[in-house]
Amino acid sequence: MADSDGRQVVSINHSTEEDVKLQEVVQAKCEGKELTKEEKQRLRKEKKQHKKNKKDDRGPPEKEKEKEKASVLAPSKPATQSPAHKAAPVPVNASASESPVAAEKPAKSKAEQRAERRARQDTERASKQGKKEGGQQSASSKPKATPNELQPVKRLPEHIQVDDPAALKKLAKKLERQQVPLRSDYGYKVSLFSHLHQYSRKNPPTQQISIPATVIHPSIVRLGLQYSQGIIAGSNARSVALLHAFKQVIQDYSTPPNEELSRDLVNKLSPYISFLSQCRPLSASMGNAIKYIKKEISNIPSQCKEEEAKRRLQECIDSYINEKIILASEAISKYAIEKISDGDVILVYGCSSLVNHILCEAFEKQRKFRVIVVDSRPRLEGREALRRLVKKGIRCTYVLISALSYILPEVSKVFLGAHALLANGYVMSRVGTSQIALVAKAYNVPVLVCCETYKFCERVQTDSFESNELDDPDDLIVTRNGKTHLENWQTVKSLGLLNLVYDVTPPDFVDLVITDLGMIPCTSVPVVLRVKNVDQ
Amino acid sequence: MHQELIREDPDVASAVAAIRSLLKFLKRDQSETILGLRENMTKAIHRLEETDSSVAVSSGGELFLRFISLTSLEHPDLSQCKNVMIERGELFLKKISLSRGKVGKLCHTFIKDGAKILTHSSSRVVLKVLENAAADNKRFTVYVTESQPDSAGKLMAQKLCNLNIPVTVVLDAAVGYIMEKVDLVIVGAEGVVESGGVINKIGTYQMAVCSKAHNKPFYVVAESFKFVRLYPLNQQDVPDRFKYKADILKTVKDLNQEHPMIDYTPPSLITLLFTDLGVLTPSAVSDELIKLYL
Repeated sequence: MADSDGRQVVSINHSTEEDVKLQEVVQAKCEGKELTKEEKQRLRKEKKQHKKNKKDDRGPPEKEKEKEKASVLAPSKPATQSPAHKAAPVPVNASASESPVAAEKPAKSKAEQRAERRARQDTERASKQGKKEGGQQSASSKPKATPNELQPVKRLPEHIQVDDPAALKKLAKKLERQQVPLRSDYGYKVSLFSHLHQYSRKNPPTQQISIPATVIHPSIVRLGLQYSQGIIAGSNARSVALLHAFKQVIQDYSTPPNEELSRDLVNKLSPYISFLSQCRPLSASMGNAIKYIKKEISNIPSQCKEEEAKRRLQECIDSYINEKIILASEAISKYAIEKISDGDVILVYGCSSLVNHILCEAFEKQRKFRVIVVDSRPRLEGREALRRLVKKGIRCTYVLISALSYILPEVSKVFLGAHALLANGYVMSRVGTSQIALVAKAYNVPVLVCCETYKFCERVQTDSFESNELDDPDDLIVTRNGKTHLENWQTVKSLGLLNLVYDVTPPDFVDLVITDLGMIPCTSVPVVLRVKNVDQ
Repeated sequence: MHQELIREDPDVASAVAAIRSLLKFLKRDQSETILGLRENMTKAIHRLEETDSSVAVSSGGELFLRFISLTSLEHPDLSQCKNVMIERGELFLKKISLSRGKVGKLCHTFIKDGAKILTHSSSRVVLKVLENAAADNKRFTVYVTESQPDSAGKLMAQKLCNLNIPVTVVLDAAVGYIMEKVDLVIVGAEGVVESGGVINKIGTYQMAVCSKAHNKPFYVVAESFKFVRLYPLNQQDVPDRFKYKADILKTVKDLNQEHPMIDYTPPSLITLLFTDLGVLTPSAVSDELIKLYL
């Protein structure tokens, strides 16, 4: 009973100190100052306390309470922790938070606590094996078992669970903790896509950030604004801009005292990434780039000096951009030029930086061909591609996608860019690409997809509904002769505007994928992923 | 040297003969450095391709070169390196001489008793497969296409007759006519490309399209040294040096007047490929190629 008394004492202590500290924390948040480490710990402790109190109300057996407490104390045991304790408890901070709590309790060293816990678990296991059905002990071990059983269930990413209120609440709490503004959805969503976010360009997320923003680095704020307004568009451009912004962040970063750069910097990056995904959902290439950076940061040895570590990270980022994007496009052009013969009529869709590069290189190598650029509303990206190709001197024709079946009998090859290549061989690209591939297949025209290997992702998708991006529906409103018919589309209850960004092309329509590793059939993407994983 | 090797053993695949002659060349080579050795080997392969332009020779040659240089050639003494390379060359040669037997063993189980088989032109691998099936006491009949312009089909019919297998020779134009009677189609290959398609004697593509239309299985039997790093998108995309014989390429000006000797069958028309690496679907070929070449 001494334990429960001790706990009571602790909770009383907490409640009086908490009120004061909580006010301070709220004040700090309003001022936009970054929460100090102690304040963050306070918030975390308060949450744990609330959880504990809730469990007390339910009145479980004492053993379980102690187990919960013990498991809460040592976040190094993630299996027994409730899922609400997210990535935030980092070993360094948590061990620091452990020390004030331990100081208030009757003094128990960490080792003693662990030994106690282990002994308890052993007795649990023994009793579970001994008894067949529900005594008090096995009942208490069952609640421990169920959180373990829940672990194998994979969690869906938040950005495709917008119609699930529980997921939204979780996101809101996470963003609040990271002090990132939550962006609200805009307008009526078509029911098939109600599980996706739909933002308006007129409400950028930066409006809700106070200036000067100390939580989020200014170059990240600028980047987020550029993403959400569509100033930076295109898979390669977004990744490169992201990496440059991260370089700036690393440059300005300084390790706080008693912290390790390898762990703290990764934590610093998490709110930035949440902010960016609020501005515009992350692309597969950006996701891979972020994974790479996080791996590099956590691989920095702890005895490395800060300047040295920062320089090393900058070099890593530079070499990543150089290898995976610039050199890769050189390699891809080399392979692709073999496939372009004299007299070819090549069809391209939209504006892919890689395809434009290939065509310009081929033109420089004196290949004789002409290009047909297919374009579609509302983005009209084909105009940019047309501009670049004509500037080089390549003969081009421009059509809208509705004229596709008219123009295809003239075409000898189709070159497409990709946003990502999925693990089951499907190609994720700008909306309209699968249409082009389908019609080209019907006319027996070979379809070639050009994609760097850093855009390969482990996801599997067979349709365009499950995971997509909804752009601003107001883009579909067009003004002709001064008349805008869809101006008040929000007032018409039965009207929904759908502005999809991506679609998915099955591998049967794609004849060849050109990557920096060579020319592979579309079904060999998982082989490349496997080879890459072996390399790493 | 290559020509005499082919003449002495007509049963040997042209690629095997090529590799044997390459090995002899390697033994006789006098170069001082490894780089020089490699250059000489590449030159030798080019010479071979000029005399006998078949896909198999080119793929076999490249694979041979890769195989022998895939070991650690860090011995300070050149002759030691050369010995290592020669050893590996012999090993390679032994492996590929056995490959035809492996393929035959794998494939003959797919031939059921009472089956009617259609094949195209003359392929030594298909012959081995049918030989194995016959040895297994299976009863089947074979239809062979004449395969102009060199009438290789008649040669195949002769060989099958010697094995006491009932065989009928049909015109190339009669493939569509005969397709409804047959149960399965087995053809050999001159080369297997990265996409999983095959390059074979002209007329194979027609047969594949016909069998797809009739829903008959279309099997290809090929040894693994025929895997080549080519990726044709359509018939036009196959390089000219494979389509026409080497002497024709040198003498004739206007290739439009010449008939190509081979065509390309895309992977969508092929049901299964039987190789000494196992029974593969066309999409698995790329996987195997990556393992072989990388």
